[in-house]
Amino acid sequence: MNSGCNMQFLQGNEACALGAIEAGVRFFGGYPITPATEIAEVMARELPKLGGVFVQFEDEIASIGAVIGASVAGTKAMTATSGPGFSLKQENLGYAIHVQIPCVVVNVMRGGPSTGLPTLPSQSDVMQARWGTHGDHPIIALAPYSVRECFDLTVRAVNLSERFRIPVIVLSDAIIGHVREKVVLPKREELTLVERKKPTVDPEDYKPFEDDGTGIPPMANLGEDYLFHITSNNYDDEGFPATNDHDIAGRRIKSLYNKIERYRDEIDDVDLFMVEDAEIIIVAYGSTARSARRAVMMAREEGIKAGLFRLKTIWPFPYDHLKAAAESANHLLLAEMNMSQLDSEVRSATHDLETKLHGLHQSNGMLITPYQIYDSLKGLV
Amino acid sequence: MKRNSYKKYLRTHKLPHIWCPGCGHGIILGAALRAMDELELDPYKTVAVTAIGCSARTNAIMNCNTIQTTHGRSLTFASGIKMARPDLTVLLFVGDGDGAAIGGNHLIHAARRNVDLTTILLNNSIYGMTGGQYSPLTPYQKTASTSPYGNLEQDFDVCKLADAAGASYVARGIAHDPRHLSRLIRGGIEHKGFSFIEGISQCPTYYGRRNKFSSPLEIMRWVKERSVRVKPETYNFSQDMDGAIPVGLLSHRNLPEFTDEYRKLVEQLQKGDNA
Ligand SMILES: Cc1ncc(C[n+]2csc(CCOP(=O)(O)OP(=O)(O)O)c2C)c(N)n1
Ligand code: SF4
Repeated sequence: MNSGCNMQFLQGNEACALGAIEAGVRFFGGYPITPATEIAEVMARELPKLGGVFVQFEDEIASIGAVIGASVAGTKAMTATSGPGFSLKQENLGYAIHVQIPCVVVNVMRGGPSTGLPTLPSQSDVMQARWGTHGDHPIIALAPYSVRECFDLTVRAVNLSERFRIPVIVLSDAIIGHVREKVVLPKREELTLVERKKPTVDPEDYKPFEDDGTGIPPMANLGEDYLFHITSNNYDDEGFPATNDHDIAGRRIKSLYNKIERYRDEIDDVDLFMVEDAEIIIVAYGSTARSARRAVMMAREEGIKAGLFRLKTIWPFPYDHLKAAAESANHLLLAEMNMSQLDSEVRSATHDLETKLHGLHQSNGMLITPYQIYDSLKGLV
Repeated sequence: MKRNSYKKYLRTHKLPHIWCPGCGHGIILGAALRAMDELELDPYKTVAVTAIGCSARTNAIMNCNTIQTTHGRSLTFASGIKMARPDLTVLLFVGDGDGAAIGGNHLIHAARRNVDLTTILLNNSIYGMTGGQYSPLTPYQKTASTSPYGNLEQDFDVCKLADAAGASYVARGIAHDPRHLSRLIRGGIEHKGFSFIEGISQCPTYYGRRNKFSSPLEIMRWVKERSVRVKPETYNFSQDMDGAIPVGLLSHRNLPEFTDEYRKLVEQLQKGDNA
């Protein structure tokens, strides 16, 4: 088990599992699917040693259902999957968003639709992460681009989910999940961990969904001093169905959005590489951003002023950050392993700039190489 | 036991309930509340989990921790709750569409794992909430809004399914005999392992009307007349009942319970670590 100090040779998926454990995840509901299975395997091995629970359920619907149940019972909980399993999880994911139950869902993306390109890399679930479940809703999704970041962003995912009472998605991909790198993981005492805010009012006065002024209602766990009801229907502050009250319904949806919008400075996370003087900025995330970084260095050697705007938080989309970064650039190059899912987000971030948007999209199960990106950069000069 | 003392398990300020007059679901809930009362369950340590449907209206009016989840999936949420907090008593109320159709696979696997949950399936032979469509427990040739010419599918014995899947306590009771049903539910809560209790309910609004039952009582009598009391020592799920409905405790066995097994594993691993 990771003691947290020495150099290790780890896979992205292993780092993700270790990050979850360090962040305090003590319940994992799994179902096998390549390229995510290693996360379940590490959890199966490590969790019982720590008094945590690993269970392989009958399907992905059950695994996220159990994760939500465990979280209501007060345990930090996580599940991990890939495309087909991520599709199955959507209804219960929406439930957790709606009733504001923290949990983490890792999606190690592979090519779709359907079973598609089993186990070849892809970034084609980006929009499903945003809008896969029905109804108006916010979501947080993070995209690691290295083994170390699989660890860091999983810790961050757990923290954000507890802080904002919302499921957080870690959007990894088959390359990031399986690549092995030397990493030094942070020591336990270097990590900041977030615990959900508990109610302090008298049990008789507890209203599980009443705003305490922060927009994030304190959350009681099952079996403690508070009794509560949770419903999948629209609900009032006491947690009971309010399906005939348009006023409450409208306020509820707005409050779900607002609790995220209001704290964008804590949630937004982008990594800027050589963008200050860049004339061409690549927008990328996950494994594509590794190639993009390399391409920027190759281009710089040739005197091409290129830079990389890397999304670490994909959802909510960091419109303002992108706009600020792109202001002085002539060109943006959006590179993704999909048919251009983030195109409209990038456009709406930069619609009143002169910057021209170009795309480098590939959805064939192959990584976009540094050379492909480099060639695209050269074509723009 | 004081008369009506079970009412402390009701959220009286959430009454009246919204079931139709003559609906059997309230009777079955009443039987469960009496069982809770007899066992003096601590509401703070009790969780009632439901999914979607008229059956899910049960826990909104129960005074304990209550969680209404997604259609068919209540057993998955309840499993997570019980696995994370084995000290809590977890009860479920599911519908026949909810528990035997969309949630059928979860029923099989929760039973197989033998997690200590008590599941009460409110069988009214129809999808009530959505307006009377046929369910896997609508009898052959009975009418529903989606089987207007009579149901061509075979219904099945959901108790037999639960038993075959590994449920360690399986019983069936009827709304006509709530005291008996209450004893069966009580036995299920006391039993350590997965307990499955089918409560035969009635939906006069959809099932009754479409199948020419003139009143709720007529459906209840129809069920009562066909029911025969059986005992687990002599009953077997394959015996030919000739159209009769076996009622009572159907099977009961002691099998390793999941959260117990898990706790033992944790203890063993942690001892190993310290050595
Ligand atoms: C995934 C999903 N599919 C369909 C529905 C619509 N729906 C709501 S209740 C219900 C059936 C309920 O019937 P049953 O489980 O027999 O319970 P009853 O209402 O008769 O108590 C259905 C299909 C839903 N809510 N969710
Ligand atoms: S529709 Fe049927 S099951 Fe639903 S409340 Fe009315 S009688 Fe009961």
